[in-house]
Amino acid sequence: MRHLLSTEDLSLENAVRILDTAEEMAAVGEREVKKLPALRGRTVVNLFFEDSTRTRISFEAAAKRLSADVINFAAKGSSVSKGESLKDTAQTLEAMSADAVVIRHWASGAPAQLANSGWIDAAVINAGDGTHAHPTQALLDAFTMRRHLAKLAGTSSIGADLTGMRVVIAGDVLHSRVARSNVWLLKTLGAEVTLVAPPTLLPIGVEYWPCKVSYDLDSVLASGVDAVMMLRVQAERMNDSFFPSTREYSRRWGFDDARLAKLDTLGLKDTIIMHPGPMNRGLEISSAAADSPRSTVLAQVRNGVSVRMATLYLLMSGELRENAPAAGTTPNETTLNGTTLKEFA
Amino acid sequence: MSSNAAPANAPRVVLSAADIDRALTRIAYEILEANKGSKDLLLLGIPRRGFPLAQRLARKIAATDPTVDAAAIVGQLDVTMFRDDLAHQPTRAPQRTALPASGIDEKIVVLVDDVLYSGRTIRAALDALVDVGRPRAVRLAVLVDRGHRELPIRADHVGKNLPTSSSEKVRVRLDEIDAVAGQEGTVDSVIIEAGA
Repeated sequence: MRHLLSTEDLSLENAVRILDTAEEMAAVGEREVKKLPALRGRTVVNLFFEDSTRTRISFEAAAKRLSADVINFAAKGSSVSKGESLKDTAQTLEAMSADAVVIRHWASGAPAQLANSGWIDAAVINAGDGTHAHPTQALLDAFTMRRHLAKLAGTSSIGADLTGMRVVIAGDVLHSRVARSNVWLLKTLGAEVTLVAPPTLLPIGVEYWPCKVSYDLDSVLASGVDAVMMLRVQAERMNDSFFPSTREYSRRWGFDDARLAKLDTLGLKDTIIMHPGPMNRGLEISSAAADSPRSTVLAQVRNGVSVRMATLYLLMSGELRENAPAAGTTPNETTLNGTTLKEFA
Repeated sequence: MSSNAAPANAPRVVLSAADIDRALTRIAYEILEANKGSKDLLLLGIPRRGFPLAQRLARKIAATDPTVDAAAIVGQLDVTMFRDDLAHQPTRAPQRTALPASGIDEKIVVLVDDVLYSGRTIRAALDALVDVGRPRAVRLAVLVDRGHRELPIRADHVGKNLPTSSSEKVRVRLDEIDAVAGQEGTVDSVIIEAGA
């Protein structure tokens, strides 16, 4: 693995490896000295062409905890607003010898273009591109679910996947890169995913995704669910009328107080409520649900730093480029201290 | 490249299970002697095989000193993120760092590892220790010292000094890590293999 562009091509082995590494990284956050020297002298560029608070801060915290130098680049107020192309921006970063580029872009596929064009030699990490993918968000969601399962079972989460977990992803699937990345990753990890959305907010071709689709949140909840992930209604991407009114949306597809109470009457005492943030309180999620003990919203933010540390570490350490196999080849097996290791280059 | 120490390419067993046990018993006594008792003593194993060795040493110390709780003086210290060769090796997955509940501040910490070679792992361990606390003293116990040091580091307690060629490989097998499921008997051994 050289770049992290989407979860669709992430193998089960690599996904579990990222989650396991994140588990060790999480322990660092509880220490007095919250810093590891692993990426000392390496440079991470946060290249953000689209607004973001938590993802950028999370990546910045992750890189700094690994002792990397961080350069933040926001398109607003940069030469991009003077019309500089992605290629020229990338080559500028290359000339400054960036070792990894964390990119968020409004255009789907921009990170893949950056990774495969040969403009730049750095590892590329997709931090959200258009309506395509947001792999680190999916990984941190999976990490949160895996910890939840391990806590219920009283076992260690190391090495575990999500076999048998029933996950509902509800809301604006059409515009959501979080939903897309989650569907593929959760499928790889063995979870059963059901998407719930109004028909107008489901993308064309959703029937080919590895998940079930429903229009009725209540019946899906009644059939039993271990995690409910509410998606943000992305008003800034809505240039059409997708539903009659916000009130109707919140009544039919929002996680309101009535549905929160219903989880208890259904006997689903261990079901967690997730949200990738930022939340529209009162629209897709009620305040009571967002602040309830079931809510993992803040745990997700906390886990985000660990997962991004793991991603940066696994992509940026290890044998330097010249020996690394090209992306897409099978990993080499090497022996180290007598143990067979899969090379993760 | 063949070596004089191993004319045939067959691996040689240099320490048997009984040899390892005797060496650990001696090291346990040495640790107690050097420390003048078990006061403030902690054993931190370096993953992966240093940790089971630290556990075995702690049990031996507890067997001679009944005031010691073997489980309470053992911990594991991961050094992966502190290595100086991260950029030149295949990516290593970090292991767990688990410290005894007492913490390491003002304790006598004995680092335990299986093989002492270049000394670079121990340098990384010293850096890792600084980030989790400030021990009063740090000592080093290893099962095998094979020479070829690249740093000014020396072990306080050594199970066996093994003169080796740098082309040879020293493999330590321990039941806790290397046991094959369904197979009877112990796998405890130290083996020298001729290098390529």
